[in-house]
Amino acid sequence: MSGSLALQVGALARRSVFRTLRQPAQVVPSLIFPMILVAINSAGLGKVTEIPGFPTDSFLTFALAIPFIQAGIFSVSNGGSDLARDIETGFLDRLALTPMSGVSLVTGQLAGVLVLGVAQGAIYLVVGLAAGAHFEAGLAGVPVLLALALCISFAFGCIGIFAALRLGTGEAVQGLFPVLFVFLFLSSMNLPRNLIEQDWFQTVATYNPVSYLIEGVRSLFIQGFDGEALALGFGFSIAIGLAFLAAASASLRTRLTRT
Amino acid sequence: MSLGRYRSVALVVAWRNLHNFFGNPALLIPSIMFPLFFFVAFAGGLSRVEDLPNFDFGSGYTAFQFSFVLMQASAFGGVFTGFGIARDFESGFGRRMMLAAPRRSALLTGYALSALVRALFIQLLLFGIALGAGMNVDGGAPQLIGMSALGLLVNVTALMWAAGIALRFRSIQAGPLMQIPVFLALFLAPVYVPLDLLEGWVHAVATFNPFTLIVESLRGLVSDEPFHTGAAFLAALALGAVFLAWALRGLRAAEAAGG
Amino acid sequence: MPAAIEVRDLVKVFKKGPRAVDGIDLRVEEGEIYGFLGPNGAGKSTTVHVLTTLIPPTEGKALVAGYDVATQGAEVREHIGAALQEAALDPFLTAREHMRLQTALQGLPRDERRRRGDELIERVGLSEAADRKVGGYSGGMKRRLDLALALVHGPRILFLDEPTTGLDPQSRSAMWDEVERLASGEGVTVFLTTQYLEEADRLADRVGIIDGGRIVAEGTPAALKAEIGQPSVEAVAADPSDRGRLAGVLARFGHDGDCPQSTPEAVAVRLAGGEGNLADVVRALDSEGVAVEHLQLHAPSLDDVFLAKTGHSLEGEGEEGDQAAAHAPQPA
Repeated sequence: MSGSLALQVGALARRSVFRTLRQPAQVVPSLIFPMILVAINSAGLGKVTEIPGFPTDSFLTFALAIPFIQAGIFSVSNGGSDLARDIETGFLDRLALTPMSGVSLVTGQLAGVLVLGVAQGAIYLVVGLAAGAHFEAGLAGVPVLLALALCISFAFGCIGIFAALRLGTGEAVQGLFPVLFVFLFLSSMNLPRNLIEQDWFQTVATYNPVSYLIEGVRSLFIQGFDGEALALGFGFSIAIGLAFLAAASASLRTRLTRT
Repeated sequence: MSLGRYRSVALVVAWRNLHNFFGNPALLIPSIMFPLFFFVAFAGGLSRVEDLPNFDFGSGYTAFQFSFVLMQASAFGGVFTGFGIARDFESGFGRRMMLAAPRRSALLTGYALSALVRALFIQLLLFGIALGAGMNVDGGAPQLIGMSALGLLVNVTALMWAAGIALRFRSIQAGPLMQIPVFLALFLAPVYVPLDLLEGWVHAVATFNPFTLIVESLRGLVSDEPFHTGAAFLAALALGAVFLAWALRGLRAAEAAGG
Repeated sequence: MPAAIEVRDLVKVFKKGPRAVDGIDLRVEEGEIYGFLGPNGAGKSTTVHVLTTLIPPTEGKALVAGYDVATQGAEVREHIGAALQEAALDPFLTAREHMRLQTALQGLPRDERRRRGDELIERVGLSEAADRKVGGYSGGMKRRLDLALALVHGPRILFLDEPTTGLDPQSRSAMWDEVERLASGEGVTVFLTTQYLEEADRLADRVGIIDGGRIVAEGTPAALKAEIGQPSVEAVAADPSDRGRLAGVLARFGHDGDCPQSTPEAVAVRLAGGEGNLADVVRALDSEGVAVEHLQLHAPSLDDVFLAKTGHSLEGEGEEGDQAAAHAPQPA
């Protein structure tokens, strides 16, 4: 990365991180809400571990992967809304009048999302362990978990940036929030795919990339180091991120029509 | 103010809200899609749960989940009407209505009427789709009407809670404050399994949660195995009365603040 | 000497939209304050967006600081600063943090950044509020920061798009002082769009009046107003029976062949000698013993110029536009 590009990315990244951390209304729900849900669902579905073939006897251990995805969904909404607000207020025009490159803008914008994503992952792990979840991968698995959290944040962050550049308003970006929850619910969120009874649901969950993100995280808690699950988790998250990053770059060329 | 005048104010407020609701896809479509989506996700994704030992519900998991979804859709329908009240007061339209209506409680009645019609519309859709999907209904027409009536009481209760918040804050920023307590109250009831299959602290909370009585009663009605139906109606009425008082006090607060 | 800004046959047509700029020519010399005056929707902001390289022109040529806006955008941006219609700021950053971001993006050397940021913050009077988040700033403070950010890299050409819309009179006056200082003290060329007659009158060396995407008049404010006509004086006699004598006195100061205009109450005449004649009129009335109850000088305004050129008034539209801007919801 050239010196000036690094400088631009650094300046925008710093701003992105500050902006994220200075909005408690964004940060706090994305930390607390998933934890509350997992607590409720673990207690509500605790008996599900008695289904033959269920991979663990702790539903909390099983379900702790879900907050990582919910955090990602929040980051689409929050990160995307921040960029959309820049577009609506004309701040993007201000940035366009500087030598800032499009690459710097997108990369810098992601910084806040990524920092929050890693912090969230660490918090979920600590709170989950304190509540009695088991982390089979052990100490060696912690950096792998945080790396996967980073990749998941990258994936959803890129979705948010693309949405902001394409749609241009915060309201429209927020409208994606329920759509993404659909992807979460139609996955192996509550049951392993092989235990889903309804064929059509199992098929949908199999084709849903979110299932592999969840299973990648979950594998660290239940199996330890499952190469296939981790490969799929990392692979899908990076692929989703890169695909939406490319789409975001194309949208940026339209949005930032400076000569 | 004569009863005739009161009625005409209430009806015109209800008409306006319903006109906006049915005429605006951005409001109508999510109101239909969300309950359907939850129904599909829960009934489809978790149907294996009925294989659990001691899961004793004769009408099948689809009907089991339908009851919860009916309650949830009714409650959130009320909350979404509350969002409308907040938007009206934030934009100044609420003030216009308060200036015009001699008895301001007629406005609240109008909002309630529109919420009830919306809820009934959603209920009919849900029933139609669930029956089309093959849901077993062991209860007869009186039981189904009872389900609808109980759902409508939940709708009004949730509306009055949300209205009280909306009238005090008079801003859509209070949306989470309207929504999250309702969400928690619903999900701290037996969502996925019957009460006796819940474990830990959730079981304790659910035991005292009035929504537990309501959802179990709904399940009793659909399966023709009545479960404290009278008590459930009383609980719903009592909650409704409490939150009606809450909403009326909120109306006084809005009046004092000049709308 | 090359012009700071040179525009020939500039056209901008939006997709499925209006012909927002419909063939304009203009030339702004270095160090000049050029006022671009017109109502809402006239094409002012579109012109600024083209000249600041934010959108490409559809047809025509525009050179800013000697560089073509269509093909040499990066070079243009190095030489210009812009404070656009919205004070585009991040509500979660402080003024100092804005400066830090802007100086870094503009490529100022690291050891220069803080100094330059602090210097500009002080210059626009925001030192005390520099470490507060911009979300809590007043409209005037935001505009001042907006201007300071536009000056970070010391541009020779400054574009200001309606810089005082929505500001209180005090903030507006402070902004005018700063613009004048930049032009006269530092030789910065200022291209200023406005819908306020007073602003154009006060600040601009030359004014271009735009309506419907075309320039309908251009010149110094005085020359434009003189084109329309001389000022007129209107008087009401204290004793209605003196109306005839009042008209006779005023007629001596009017243009040859001009009869004083009479209404049931007042008499008015265009002054052949301009505003300077007013004292003579007063002396003449006094020496003739004609007592007046009311005496008023009406000078042509830029609104009169606009009216003469376009057939409709700028002032009413300007006020409506101003009200609309003042009541528009603030961005989130």
